[in-house]
Amino acid sequence: MSKHTFSIGGVHPHDNKMSRECRIEPLPLAPTVYISVAQHIGAPAVPVVAVGDKVKVGQVIAEPGGFVSAFIHSSVSGTVKSIGPRADLSGRPSTHIEIAVEGDEWLETIDTSDTLVTEIPADNKAILDKIRMGGVVGLGGATFPTHVKLSPPPGSKCERVIINGCECEPYLTSDFRTLLEKGEQVVVGAAILKQVMGGVPCTIAIEENKPEAIAHIREVIGKLGFSGIEVMEMKMMYPQGGEKQLIDAVMGRQVGSGALPISVGAVVQNVATALAVYDAVQKNKPIVDNSVTITGQCAPKQANLLVRVGTPLRYILDYLGGVPENAAKVISGGPMMGRAVANLDAATVKGTGALLLLTEKETRRAPESHCIRCGKCADACPMGLEPFLLNKLARAKDWDAMEQNAAQDCIECGCCLYSCPAQIPLLDNIRIGKGIVLGNIRARAAAAKAAAEAAKASADAKK
Amino acid sequence: MSQLIVSPSPHIHSKDSTRSLMLDVVIALVPAVLCSFVFYGWREMLVMAVSVASCVLLEWAITKYLLKKPSTIGDLSAVITGILLALNVPYTTPWWVIVIGAVVAIGVAKMTFGGLGQNIWNPALVGRVFLLVSFPTYMTTWSQPQGLFGADAVTGATPLGAIQEGLMQGATVQDIMAEHGYNYSQMLFANLGGSAGEVCALALLAGFVYLCIRKVIKPWITLSILCTVALTSLVFWGVNPARFTDPLFNLLTGGLILGACFMATDYVTSPMSTWGGVVFGVGIGLLTVLIRYFGSYPEGVSFAILIMNSLVPLINMGFKQKKFGRK
Amino acid sequence: MVNIIIWTIAVVTVLGLLLALILYLVAKKFKVEEDPRIDEVEKVMPGANCGGCGFAGCRAFAEAAVKAPNLDNNYCPVGGNDTMAQVAAILGYEVKAKAPQVAVVRCNGTCQARPKVNSYDGFSSCAVKATLYAGDTGCSYGCLGCGDCVAACQFGALSMDPQTGLPVVDEEKCTACGACTKACPKHIIEIRPKGPRGMREFVSCVNKDKGPVAKKACANACIGCGICAKTCTHDAITVEGNVAYIDPAKCKLCRECEAMCPTGAIHGVNFPKPLDKENIKSRIKLRQQKAAEAASASASLRDPVRANAPAEAVSVAKVKEEKKDE
Repeated sequence: MSKHTFSIGGVHPHDNKMSRECRIEPLPLAPTVYISVAQHIGAPAVPVVAVGDKVKVGQVIAEPGGFVSAFIHSSVSGTVKSIGPRADLSGRPSTHIEIAVEGDEWLETIDTSDTLVTEIPADNKAILDKIRMGGVVGLGGATFPTHVKLSPPPGSKCERVIINGCECEPYLTSDFRTLLEKGEQVVVGAAILKQVMGGVPCTIAIEENKPEAIAHIREVIGKLGFSGIEVMEMKMMYPQGGEKQLIDAVMGRQVGSGALPISVGAVVQNVATALAVYDAVQKNKPIVDNSVTITGQCAPKQANLLVRVGTPLRYILDYLGGVPENAAKVISGGPMMGRAVANLDAATVKGTGALLLLTEKETRRAPESHCIRCGKCADACPMGLEPFLLNKLARAKDWDAMEQNAAQDCIECGCCLYSCPAQIPLLDNIRIGKGIVLGNIRARAAAAKAAAEAAKASADAKK
Repeated sequence: MSQLIVSPSPHIHSKDSTRSLMLDVVIALVPAVLCSFVFYGWREMLVMAVSVASCVLLEWAITKYLLKKPSTIGDLSAVITGILLALNVPYTTPWWVIVIGAVVAIGVAKMTFGGLGQNIWNPALVGRVFLLVSFPTYMTTWSQPQGLFGADAVTGATPLGAIQEGLMQGATVQDIMAEHGYNYSQMLFANLGGSAGEVCALALLAGFVYLCIRKVIKPWITLSILCTVALTSLVFWGVNPARFTDPLFNLLTGGLILGACFMATDYVTSPMSTWGGVVFGVGIGLLTVLIRYFGSYPEGVSFAILIMNSLVPLINMGFKQKKFGRK
Repeated sequence: MVNIIIWTIAVVTVLGLLLALILYLVAKKFKVEEDPRIDEVEKVMPGANCGGCGFAGCRAFAEAAVKAPNLDNNYCPVGGNDTMAQVAAILGYEVKAKAPQVAVVRCNGTCQARPKVNSYDGFSSCAVKATLYAGDTGCSYGCLGCGDCVAACQFGALSMDPQTGLPVVDEEKCTACGACTKACPKHIIEIRPKGPRGMREFVSCVNKDKGPVAKKACANACIGCGICAKTCTHDAITVEGNVAYIDPAKCKLCRECEAMCPTGAIHGVNFPKPLDKENIKSRIKLRQQKAAEAASASASLRDPVRANAPAEAVSVAKVKEEKKDE
């Protein structure tokens, strides 16, 4: 089979998968965990425990604060010490639930055994409910609540479920290790997602730099005997793991500007999310831990660790030998789209997939120079935008022109800034413009809606 | 670890920098420069040295004393301008003429617009055309290559010049070519009269291939220029071989390859999109052939590129990238 | 030869006349009838087109002002009362003089008081920095120091002080147009009345963190202790969300709050004399004692047994002693 990839742009950073041979090991429990109530896109969850309460692993400690929101579970057993603001990794305060760890007692309903459960419940509604109750969110980075994504709006039809195992970001290996070590669970999770979406075909997309994972998953699918699930070998290209790019690569369809993947009949879920779905549906186990890659040229040790949600970053790094002297930047996530950590005392969240340590030499930006109009940014942009132009417009604060030039389509993959020989901070400026353009679009939509409602009201009054 | 660095993503950068890209261009020019040294000897070395030194010095002086900004000579673009200027003039050009060319190239065509990235026209070409118009005597005294340690130069005409002269006297193309004993292998491996960069097509093409392999430039502009020149001249030649030169002759003479590979592909003064580049290249090709056949100058590449340089903003507006998921 | 010259002159003349005629006809045909007062108003405007009035530019303001029935909603902060008086004269309206205003930077987290805790390496823009994270100091409310306000100011009234890392307002040049307040992502710049002879009191901090957190991040932070509000006899100070605010309309410039502030977050500017902290503090103490006595006196009226006359004598003596010490 020929290798697939998306049609526009993309870059080839060195993949640097230094921790690919490290097995996923459980991290010993931290003495205290800090569980954020805002671990997902959408409304923050509302705490339902009080200071002094005893909690067990898997117990609900916060409930959804809206439709697009998720349950939060205790990742440890112990006593709730405090509920209040605490700085997250960007240093901004948000509500965290502090739990002092006492033992490791799991909720009785959770199946903690290793036995593989391949029998999938028939009732899709019950499955969706279990996914919702398990607090499952997209673990590929966006942390969008999974049950919402699996409930397409009326009138749209899903034609293919895509399990995203590209892991196109350099350095990261947690999805790769998950595919190798928990391939069976991921495949069952994929089968569950496939069933929920109406038995449509399912594709597990894996990039060519993970041949072991491709072979293993193919073998597992054959062994478990699920039909309609196939593995697609993808060409190595960043940002293949981007939702729109992956749909283009797998199905040859392009999601329109501002539209959802379901508009072209696709539902994309990450490998880690498929595993979380398996855990939630088959084992009653909510998201209380996730595998985190700790890597980088200067990392004290390469590792893939199974980390309980809410573990302070400093605790993880100290476990491996502390932050080395020459590490200048700690990134939560990959080097292309991850967030630089300003506060090492911050705790992990469900979506934390990696801690990457870079030296000053690897990461410090060179001074900006003049644009030489080489067009490399436009060649690299997977959305077909013209970053050099958007950068100029953003600096001139010409938001309307930015909208005409589709700044709102930017997926912030970083290809433009990565490839710019003049080191112009293209994405920094485009991101600001994109935010304002999206705000303008939303404001217009709201105004149009209000006007329509007012017109309707006046028409009703006339009747 | 003293203080963590915090920045927006992405956190890594490709190895490309303006300097590394320019360095690649310099490396790509090395074969052609060496060839010109071998064919023209020490006087060409002198021309090269004066040209590069005056371009670099001038840019340094302008940034330091006029603009009062950090120096930009580190990006090596001035070095490229110097080399290209040197390859574009006869090796017999006096040193002060070259310095004037450098002043026009760097001072007028580049720095007045704000330096690298802001100029509309290729600086080296502007310098060359300025010299061609201002000092026609020096710029049209072409000499036969004499080799590194050769005797004094024998002054002659370039193939294109000779043919234009001959045509004006009523001779046919075939007669003139036979008279001068031109043949194509000679052109491919140099040994014809011309400015330094016009002499060795093979060395120039080697540099072009290097740039394409290193992904510094995309080949489309160059290819579309060469194809257009070949096709257009094929049409004219087919109609009247006595009046018009043949395609191969047109491809191999008069600095077309130098222009197509190194001057038209200059990032700053060429369109950004692939299709824009093709239109740009077709325009250059057409203009080159028309100037050669009907113009009063025997050589048209420089003018063609400069004219198309002026149209680049328009071409850029016309050819936008296809946006993902939009019609 | 002469023929050529004559012909040239003739052709050029005819051509010129023809074009002039066309221009005249076109101008006549497409003439737009406009209130002439708009031009007059525009002439007296400062012409900065800064948008501080809420309109797109000076011309737009002039059009709006001519159309409006009065000038209550149209005020040019740049031109101030002088310009508005002229506009009012042209339009025959009345205009109420407004107190002159000025931009005030409400952050005093200098480099010394508010050490950096990480090193920012993105594009030097407050907007970019604010979108990314809390900032490179411990304070997530204070000035980010990239100078978006300086770039937004059309009048050159703002500059970054390299010593403090904070923007400085040049009161002479500031027109209170408000561009900087919109540019600042942390909303630390406020347009406040200039005050009599430029004298004004303000809390130079917007940190909403609890006292200890704020204090840890910045030595000069307002810790929300409320001493200023308790001290103020004019009811001008409110403490909301762990940060104090002085209402310029109520402030009587007594500088008591400034003297009492434990962190120095309250700033008074353009006062003729430097702040005499001790003197003000003892004045306040005296007043508070008197108030306490009055309270206890009224209490003693209700409860005669606990009347304590000697206490008053002691306290007065104490105050006298303190004054001697000074």
